[in-house]
Amino acid sequence: MKKIILGLVAMLMVVSLVLPATAQAKKPLKVAFVYIGPPGDLGWTYEHERGRLAVQKYFGDKIETKYVENVPEGPDAERIIRQYAIQGFDVIFATSFGYMDPTYAVAQEFPNVIFEHCSGYKTAPNMATYFGRIEEARYLTGIIAGRMTKSNKIGYVAAFGIPEVVRGINGFTLGVRSVNPNAKVQVVWTNTWYDPVKEREAAVALLDAGCDIIAQHQDTTEPQKAAQERGKLSIGYDSDMGKFVGDTVLASAVWDWGTYYIATIQNVLNGTWKTHAFWGGLKDNIAGLSALSPRVPASVKKEVEGAQKKIMSGWSIFTGPIKDQSGKVVYKSGEVIPDDKQLSMDWFVEGVVGKVQ
Amino acid sequence: MKLLFEKRKTTSVTALILVPFVSFLVSLVLTALLLAIFGANPFKTFGAMAVGAFGSSHGFAETLVKAIPLMMTGLGVAIAFKLKFWNIGAEGQLTMGGVAAAGVALFMERFLPGRSLLVGALLGGLLAGALWAGVPALLKTSLKVDETLVTLMMNYIAILYSEFLYYGPWRDPKGYGFPGSRMFSADAWLPRIMGRAHIGIWIALALAIILWVVLKRTRWGFELQIIGASQKAARYQGIAVERNIALAVMLSGALCGLAGAFEVTGISHRLQQGLSIGYGYTAIIVAWMSQLNPLAVPFVAVALAALAVGGDQVQMVMGLPAAMGVVMQGLILFPMLAGSLFTEYRLSVVRPEAKAVCPDPVEE
Repeated sequence: MKKIILGLVAMLMVVSLVLPATAQAKKPLKVAFVYIGPPGDLGWTYEHERGRLAVQKYFGDKIETKYVENVPEGPDAERIIRQYAIQGFDVIFATSFGYMDPTYAVAQEFPNVIFEHCSGYKTAPNMATYFGRIEEARYLTGIIAGRMTKSNKIGYVAAFGIPEVVRGINGFTLGVRSVNPNAKVQVVWTNTWYDPVKEREAAVALLDAGCDIIAQHQDTTEPQKAAQERGKLSIGYDSDMGKFVGDTVLASAVWDWGTYYIATIQNVLNGTWKTHAFWGGLKDNIAGLSALSPRVPASVKKEVEGAQKKIMSGWSIFTGPIKDQSGKVVYKSGEVIPDDKQLSMDWFVEGVVGKVQ
Repeated sequence: MKLLFEKRKTTSVTALILVPFVSFLVSLVLTALLLAIFGANPFKTFGAMAVGAFGSSHGFAETLVKAIPLMMTGLGVAIAFKLKFWNIGAEGQLTMGGVAAAGVALFMERFLPGRSLLVGALLGGLLAGALWAGVPALLKTSLKVDETLVTLMMNYIAILYSEFLYYGPWRDPKGYGFPGSRMFSADAWLPRIMGRAHIGIWIALALAIILWVVLKRTRWGFELQIIGASQKAARYQGIAVERNIALAVMLSGALCGLAGAFEVTGISHRLQQGLSIGYGYTAIIVAWMSQLNPLAVPFVAVALAALAVGGDQVQMVMGLPAAMGVVMQGLILFPMLAGSLFTEYRLSVVRPEAKAVCPDPVEE
């Protein structure tokens, strides 16, 4: 018994020695990232992790970064975010839509900590949001899918019926129909960001329904793998999924968070950080198109490059005429869907098969 | 030489004290080995976990946040298990409790002014849990349908039903399409005492004591004990076995339902994902580790909650993968559960009578 007590005392001493030692070291800016999945998902979290590594490399020992993975959206997230705030982190990046309310709650309590929430809409003097118009890249992948489908049925595995995902589906479908007005995009909801099994099952259901290309708005490469196993093609998202799955992935709409993260941290270090709602597009580098698979014919590649140029020069993919699912023209020729209507989009364009939940 | 496992005739006090202690040491050694393999300093990791769970008011409050539902469902499961009614449905009862409480908080504002909205929500949760547990209880007592399967299957029904509600008719119209109901009015919020820890902790502790008194000191408790020991004996004594089982199981469900009501009124203030995250299953471990003793439940619940909250540190401080925290929880629990076997059984070594029966090859 005595030995055990002695052991415990020794342990406490070690702990009390270690803790102040780390606190006294010279103070780099402490930056935390909260992830919904593991960085090994090869999709959403993988890209944020690449962004974190890019920042760490860029700033070296001027900053210290930490991350926590597999944090569920909901009450548990608030505990983790608050814990980082208490531990004295200066900037906290919360990288999933469902972290919005928890982040907002903690931001109220810690006015001196900077919070950056990805893909939401609530801001505070110390809480900013950031996101990208990935649907611009999706529009380009839609051109490829529209040209390369044989059954004219394209499947789309989608996470939640929120504007972010709906915009992506609409952007993709507009791209498809710009070159192939007969093709239809069929949507299946999974109600999860990260669940490899569910993502795969949804893709299989779409393949069974006759789809020959699978697009997706999920966090992993499972839909791509499911398509490949059936000898079918796919369109990737988040990362350049062709690298992980093979050339059956015709192209991917990809994120580049590093550029944004570096700019943001630079602002914090300079003391010029202000709350904001950043929503960049192809021209800001935050959203982009991966290299195309060798399976994509040169003629299609040319078409994609043409559209890419058009978007880079300021043309909006949401330029009318745009019809809704009933065939009614909702935006007349030349009319552009305003940003606020894009941010709250809850309806599908013509050519989408399925219902916004 | 032969090893024999035999049931202890009397409970050994030494074993009762020593076994958990030794089991805990074994857990620590196993976990330390695993940590060492991953190149993490075990002492630093344990220290970080302890500091994370108890070292700050925030950490302690978060430990309580997780302990409250574990206490409530642990008590519920313990009561049912006492009667050898294997209620695996705590998760579903908790979910239905949350759903009912949310229903009251969202739609009864007009009829329940002020704080009565909160009371109504809690009662709603309690009632829903009792009714949800009442179904398998009734099936068991009237038709002898196996309760293990029914309670387990009903979990899925409850969880899917709650999803249907917050993805469908209850979804916040101003939530930009994200699943989840709108926020309750502040009248339906359970008062908090420290961080996010709410007064549910006092209610849970009081219930633990009340349950212990009921089981040990009342006639009804005595009847339940007899039913648990032998239904035949209970019947012979003229105890209404079926009615008592049904009542106790509904009480079990009521406790779990109240746990769900606490979660929505105390923590999330809305019905959303994250309500059913396995408290009802961990409750089974809580009940067994407490040896079905209501007074032990709060301690075990706090210990398991601390393990979960402290487990965050494995990631946040030590930079180990998230899965490590979960593996460590398993490594710590397993020897504890396996060890509890030794309080009821003992291992005895039976030496063979003739040496020649078992020749030692090395000596030859």
